[in-house]
Amino acid sequence: MKCSVLTLVGADQAGIVAAVTDALYKQDCSLAQASMMRLGANFAIMLRVAHDEEKDLHNILSEICKNMNLHLHIDEDVNTDVLKPDPDVQVTVYGADRNGIVAQVTSALAEAGLNIIDLETDIGGTKDKPIYVMTLEGQATKGIESLQNALDDLNSDIEVNLDEINTLRG
Amino acid sequence: MDILTYPDQRLKQLSESVESIDKEILSFIHELEQTRVSGPGAVGIAAPQVNFFKRVVIVDVSNMRKPVDNHGHMIMINPEITDWEGMDMGREGCLSIPDFTGNVIRAEKIKLNYLDETGNTHEIEASGFEARAIQHELDHLDGLLFLDRLVSRRSDLFKRKNYKK
Repeated sequence: MKCSVLTLVGADQAGIVAAVTDALYKQDCSLAQASMMRLGANFAIMLRVAHDEEKDLHNILSEICKNMNLHLHIDEDVNTDVLKPDPDVQVTVYGADRNGIVAQVTSALAEAGLNIIDLETDIGGTKDKPIYVMTLEGQATKGIESLQNALDDLNSDIEVNLDEINTLRG
Repeated sequence: MDILTYPDQRLKQLSESVESIDKEILSFIHELEQTRVSGPGAVGIAAPQVNFFKRVVIVDVSNMRKPVDNHGHMIMINPEITDWEGMDMGREGCLSIPDFTGNVIRAEKIKLNYLDETGNTHEIEASGFEARAIQHELDHLDGLLFLDRLVSRRSDLFKRKNYKK
């Protein structure tokens, strides 16, 4: 068995996930993690798939990709033995939309020791007054105070909240 | 003792009330505590997690890296939540579900009563992280896992606390 990472992108339409996963299932491929998102009207999904060496995933999905006009990209899985990292902080950011919010916040946080594990941004509000919203989770490798200081120094037009994620284990 | 891990269906089983706090129960509680502290940082454990289907849990959130309100180390026999207030989202993991964490909504404050290992009745109010831990453990007694209460990771857009600028 080997593990591959599939990325599929294209215009969104009903039935993509079902068609793709059904084709993989019928070829005895096994899904591990999957994450789908919709950016605008664009569809994107990433799948970690375990399968026999000799399976040709391009071939298995070629017809679906052709019919649904999807681009498929396949990579070899990176180091499967690494444990899932547990995020210990969550940052939410929002403000009137302008260029550079993500770059400004993530650069400051990276320098202060944040390793980002999950990030999502979106635009809401109205067309003439758009607002930008970002949520991210990560590991504070230099402590949470270091991150808070970095955010305090941003001195900016955006609202930033830092919260500890205190994972309960019971 | 060995921890049962899902998909072991015994974790979905209902636990029975403790009828009398006898030698057998006390020695079980001792072993349960040993199992809790030998695990990776567990703030609680419930009897059914070690294949013993009586209403006994242990909760102790007094040793958190960042201290939280707490009632110290609690051995709870036949615990019963009598009042719930507020809601909060938090991240949970479980000894019985290795390598997975998820967001779960719990009551922020609870009132409950229970017997300790000497048979004394306690009536307490717990809040925040401790209330979450208690609700998580009591769920085990009813055959519920945090997987039964999972909400999307991406739905917690804004936390309702900590509006610090």
